[in-house]
Amino acid sequence: MSTYALPKLSRPLPVPTPLTRPFWDALAERKVRIQYSPSLDEYIFYPRPLAPRTLADDLQWREISGNGTLYSYTVATRPPAPHFAAEGEMILAIVQWDEGPKFSTEIVNVKPENLHLGMELSPVFTDYPEGNITMLRYEPRSGV
Amino acid sequence: MGLKGQAAILGYCELPPQRKLTREPTFSLEQWARLSKAALDDAGLDATDINGIVTPMIGEAEFFVPSTVTEYLGIDANFAEIVDLGGAGSAAGIWRAAAAVELGLCDAVLVTFPGTHIVPTDERKPFVMDDKMYFGASSNAYGSPQAEFEIPFGNLGQNGPYGQIAKRYGHEFGYDERAMAKIAVDQRTNACATPGAVFHGQPITVNDVLNSPMIADPLHMLEIVMPCQGGAAVVVGNANMAKKSKNRPVWITGFGERVPYKTPTYARDLMTSPMVHAAEQAFSMAGITRTDVDMVSIYDCYSITVLMSLEDAGFAPKGKGMDFVANHDLTFRGDFPMNTAGGQLSFGQSGVAGGMHHVIDGARQIMGRANAAQVSDCNRAFVSGNGGIMSEQTALILQGD
Repeated sequence: MSTYALPKLSRPLPVPTPLTRPFWDALAERKVRIQYSPSLDEYIFYPRPLAPRTLADDLQWREISGNGTLYSYTVATRPPAPHFAAEGEMILAIVQWDEGPKFSTEIVNVKPENLHLGMELSPVFTDYPEGNITMLRYEPRSGV
Repeated sequence: MGLKGQAAILGYCELPPQRKLTREPTFSLEQWARLSKAALDDAGLDATDINGIVTPMIGEAEFFVPSTVTEYLGIDANFAEIVDLGGAGSAAGIWRAAAAVELGLCDAVLVTFPGTHIVPTDERKPFVMDDKMYFGASSNAYGSPQAEFEIPFGNLGQNGPYGQIAKRYGHEFGYDERAMAKIAVDQRTNACATPGAVFHGQPITVNDVLNSPMIADPLHMLEIVMPCQGGAAVVVGNANMAKKSKNRPVWITGFGERVPYKTPTYARDLMTSPMVHAAEQAFSMAGITRTDVDMVSIYDCYSITVLMSLEDAGFAPKGKGMDFVANHDLTFRGDFPMNTAGGQLSFGQSGVAGGMHHVIDGARQIMGRANAAQVSDCNRAFVSGNGGIMSEQTALILQGD
């Protein structure tokens, strides 16, 4: 166990693929764009080539509001991997967009004791120039 | 549909889990051989009786795992299967073995799950900390949905997602943390009657559980499984092998399995686990009801897994699992014996072999070999497996003659 050296561990960032790039490009413009299947009459997430369940070949990119509600969360008192050691306590959440799909994210700018499931949330966009990527997180919607 | 109950568990080997390995480290292939030999000896069968194997992924082979195993043991296998279903893999391997036996492919099948991860290293073959070690069950490969949409947001490992499930459960159905703690307490009582359990001799109380550190709100440390080093093997054989075996045969009369997603974020209804389908199929196949079973062994990586499995397998009404737990004695001497050897929470979780703890718990009881923890007149058992984040689940019905 002593025969390896610890590499430098930075926070992992998403690397878009040709198929998923429209989602990430939209985040850079402070928009949320996901796929919609007319035959299912449902928005879907994450991006795929064909609609889940039916494999319908009719997915379209559509901009959505980006607003959502808190479906669930947990407070991670320990980093989920050594790469997150510098983050401190993290609020790991599942947010349900108003348009239906759920999204794995973090809740920021709030103390855990002020969270409750079902609360309305607004998007928080953060640019990471080192990864040429914009991350999407959530915070309580102001005025609610 | 399904099994006719013509294949039986005839023997097993379960290493006592160790939090810190004191046994000599050996490679997974070596473990495969020794665990298998011990299970065959337990059954009273010969290695030459075996003509099938089921294996999980192992450290020494990324590809061609089954043939690597059959070559290593010298088995001319008619059926060589790898299962990649995490903690559901053990139960999944048992029904696959039973199916191979009932199809006439095999007389006897080894289902062997090495569970000691500390293996020998050499300076020319060092232990490598790669993405697989850091991110575990989540793939960081380019193009992986987990690499792109989960890992960067910290949604990896097990504690966080299981905490999210428990939090949602409380929102929809209410939450009684003392009932949740009682799951761990009753199982610890069972471990204290099971020599070899990692927490043998260490009883706990509800307050101990609630005073243990909060790991992933609302889950405390003592509601979370303890990673250990160990391993397990089970021999499944046909009626002729059962006659040759020295143990009471434990017939596999029903199974069910469902594998709908990887990450719970994408569950259509997170509060309805795959166990609903798996258990219903298992009971239907076996032709028995929930009240017919004498004990249950429920996969227990977390207290919330036990709670929701009890509900979704039909032992407790949906949303009333905490009442059920509070109102029943879950110990081996109780009115609803569950995880009678301590479960993984108190026996220890030996990696992917942890799921086999529940298979062997059920088999041991039906064989009448549980000694101080024996459930009287135990003839029917329900066993569950759970992989990923309640995302791949398997159910078995085991029965004595």
